[in-house]
Amino acid sequence: MPEVKNRQAVTGAQAVANAMRQINPDVVAAYPITPQTPVVEYFAQYVADGLADTEMIPVESEHSAMSAVVGAAAAGARAMTATAANGLALMHEIVYIAASSRLPIVMPVANRALSGPINIHCDHSDAMAERDSGWIQLWAENAQEAYDFTIMAIRLAEHEDIRLPVMVNFDGFIISHGVEVVDFLDDEVVKKFVGEPKVKYPLLDVDNPVTHGPLDLYDYYFEHKRQQIEAMKHVYKVFNKVAEEFAKISGRKYNILDAYKVEDAEYVMIALGSTAGTIKYTVDLLREEGHKVGVIKPQIFRPFPKTELQGLLNGRKAVIVLDRSASFGAEAPLYEAVKSSLYELAVKPQLGSYVYGLGGRDIKIEHIRKAFEDAFAGNLIADEERYLGLRE
Amino acid sequence: MALNIMQLAVKFADKNPGITQGHRLCPGCAAPNVAKFALMTAEALGYTPVVGFATGCMEVSTTIYPYTAWNIPYIHNAFENAAATVSGVETAYRALLKRGRLVDPNKKYAFFAFGGDGGTYDIGLQSLSGAVERGHKFIYIVYDNEGYMNTGNQRSGATPPGSQTTTQPVGKKLPGKIQLKKNLVEIMASHENVYVATVSTSEPMDFFKKIEKALEFDGPSFIAAMSPCVRFWRVNDDKAVEISKLAVETGYWPLYEVERGVYKITKKVKELKPVREFLEKQGRFRNLLKRPDADEIINELQEYITRRWERLLALEEATKDKPIR
Ligand SMILES: Cc1ncc(C[n+]2csc(CCOP(=O)(O)OP(=O)(O)O)c2C)c(N)n1
Ligand code: SF4
Repeated sequence: MPEVKNRQAVTGAQAVANAMRQINPDVVAAYPITPQTPVVEYFAQYVADGLADTEMIPVESEHSAMSAVVGAAAAGARAMTATAANGLALMHEIVYIAASSRLPIVMPVANRALSGPINIHCDHSDAMAERDSGWIQLWAENAQEAYDFTIMAIRLAEHEDIRLPVMVNFDGFIISHGVEVVDFLDDEVVKKFVGEPKVKYPLLDVDNPVTHGPLDLYDYYFEHKRQQIEAMKHVYKVFNKVAEEFAKISGRKYNILDAYKVEDAEYVMIALGSTAGTIKYTVDLLREEGHKVGVIKPQIFRPFPKTELQGLLNGRKAVIVLDRSASFGAEAPLYEAVKSSLYELAVKPQLGSYVYGLGGRDIKIEHIRKAFEDAFAGNLIADEERYLGLRE
Repeated sequence: MALNIMQLAVKFADKNPGITQGHRLCPGCAAPNVAKFALMTAEALGYTPVVGFATGCMEVSTTIYPYTAWNIPYIHNAFENAAATVSGVETAYRALLKRGRLVDPNKKYAFFAFGGDGGTYDIGLQSLSGAVERGHKFIYIVYDNEGYMNTGNQRSGATPPGSQTTTQPVGKKLPGKIQLKKNLVEIMASHENVYVATVSTSEPMDFFKKIEKALEFDGPSFIAAMSPCVRFWRVNDDKAVEISKLAVETGYWPLYEVERGVYKITKKVKELKPVREFLEKQGRFRNLLKRPDADEIINELQEYITRRWERLLALEEATKDKPIR
C-alpha cells in the first residue's frame, strides 16, 4: 500500500498494520501465522519502505516474539507483536509473564481455531485460552474497529493506573482478509493521540539499575497478584476516557458495551466480534416483523463488563449468548460469564447458550433467527448448550 | 583496548561487579564466579553491562524478592528464552538510541544473557540459535554444570555418560546416561557469523581475554563456561576450581575459540591426563565406577575426548586465516 489516503477499502490486516505504522512503535517482533501473517508482512513492508522506522525483530518463533517484546518493553521501548491461534498458544507462558511484569505491550490477534485437528479459520478458542492471563482483551467487529482499537490500546496499556498488556482481537479471515471501507486518521493525529511512551523502571536506565522478573515466593506473590487484580479495575474508567478523546479525533465513540436496539428489547443476543454485525442485520429484519430484539457486543471481554451488562439486562425476557468457542466439560466462556453476571439481578431473564462457528463454520442469518425464535417460543434452557450450523 | 592486570586488580578488589555479595547460591558454587569474571572484564573495559538470566540455580538464588544481588540492570523472563529476551533488550537499545530516548546515550552498553546448560543445550536452544542467527550484538554465556541443578540434579544434554542424575540414574540394570555430551560449542560455531569460546574459572586470564574478544566482536558471541556444581558433583565446597582445572588438563573441557570459523586452541595441553582422573575425583561417578561395565563407558568417553582433541588440532591448522564469513 503506497500513500495512505483517509478513506480506503482495505483488509482488516492492512488496517491494523496501518495503525501500527502510524503508532510507529520502537520495536516490533514478527512471526507469521495464518491469518495474522499479512499484518506483519504489511508492517515489514512499511519499515522496508521507510514509512515507519521501527526496529524489527524477525524472530524464529512466537515464543521468542513474546519473549523479545517483553525484553524490549522492560528495556523501555514501546513494543508490539501480532499473532493468532497456535502462535498465541506457543506464547502462552510469556503472555502471563508480560502481564505480571506490568508491561504495556499491545498485540493484535487475528482469532483462529486452535489445533487439533489443524484448522486455520476463525473461532475464539485462541483468545479464550488466554482470558485469565491478565491481559486486557478488546474485541473488534470489523476492520474499522480493529484499526481504532489498535490505536486506543496503546493509551489504555500505558496508562499509569493500568500498565497492562492489551490484546486486540479481530476475527481471522472474516476481518483480517475481508475488504471493507476504513476511515483512517491522519498520521499526525495518531502520533499526537498516542504520544510519547510513558515508561516505568526502564532496564536501560543503567544509573538506576532495577531487577526485573525476580523470584517471588509466598511472602509477596499474592500481594503482587492483588495489584494486578486492582489494575484491571481501572480499565473501564480509563477506557471511557480514552474513548472520549478518541471520539474527538475520529467522530467514532466507543462504549464498553456496544448495544444495538437494546433500549426496548425483550430479547437480547450477546456475541463477540464480527458475528455481532450479522446479528445486527438479523435484528433489523426481526424488528420489521415486530419482534422486540437487540444485540449487545462487549467491546471488552477482560476485564468482564459485569456491572454494565447487569444494567442493560435487568428485566429482559430472554438473553441468548453466542459463543465462538467451547469449554470442554463446562459452559462456553462468554455464556458462563454472562450467566454468572445475571445471578444478582432482581428480574432474571431466561437464558440460552449457543455455540457456533467453530473452525470457521459459517454463521448465517437463519441460524441467528433460529436462536431468537427459540427465545420467542420460551424454549430456552439455561443448562442446555445448543449448536448453530452443526450437522447432527 | 587491551585488558591490563592493573584494571583487573582494581576490579577484583571491588567485591560487587554487577553481582554482589549476599546471594544464596551454595557455598563454593562456580556459577557466580562465571558471571563475576564476565562482568568484571566488561566493567574494567568501560562497558556498562545489562544482564538477562534464564531460570535456574543462579537466577533463583540471586533475586529472591524483595532482595536482589544485582546492582546492574537485570532481567529474568523464563527458562528457555534468555537469548530472545536479551535480543529484545538489545533491539530496544538501538531503537531508543536512534530516537534519542536513551537515558544515558554516552554509555558503552554490553548485553549479556546467561543460562544454565538445561536452559541452553536443551529447552533454550531454539531461542539462542534464533538470536545468534539474527546477529544481535550480545554475549551469551552458558554456565555448564552438566545437569538441571535447580530442580535437583536431573540429566541434561550436557550431562556426561555415567553421571548420577535423578532422571537417568545409575541403577542395577542401566548405567545412567549412555549418550555423550551434546557438542553445543560446535553447534554455535556453525552459526558462522559468531565468536564462540570455551572458558573455565581455573584459567582466569584466558577467560578474561575471551570476554574481551567477545565484547569487541562485531556480532553475537557464545561462551561456554565450565561451572562445577559442588552440590551434585559431590565434591567439597573448595573444589570447583580444582576440578575445572582437571577438566581442562584431561581434555574433557578443551579451551579454544572459534571466530567466524577460525579455530584456535588457547590452552595447548602437552599431554592430556586420562579422563578417569577427572571422573574419580567426583562423587557423581561413584556408582558408575562400581559397575562391571565402568571401563567400557570410561573408555568410550576417553576415546571421544582424544579424538576431539586431535580433531581440534587439525581444525586449528586447517582453518588458519580462513574465516568462513
Ligand atoms: C518451561 C519450563 N520447564 C521446566 C521448568 C523447571 N525448571 C526450572 S530451572 C530448571 C533446570 C535448570 O537447569 P539449568 O538450566 O541447567 O540451570 P541450573 O539450575 O543447573 O543452574 C527446570 C527444569 C521451568 N522453569 N520452565
Ligand atoms: S546446586 Fe549446584 S549449581 Fe546450584 S547453587 Fe548449588 S552448587 Fe551451584
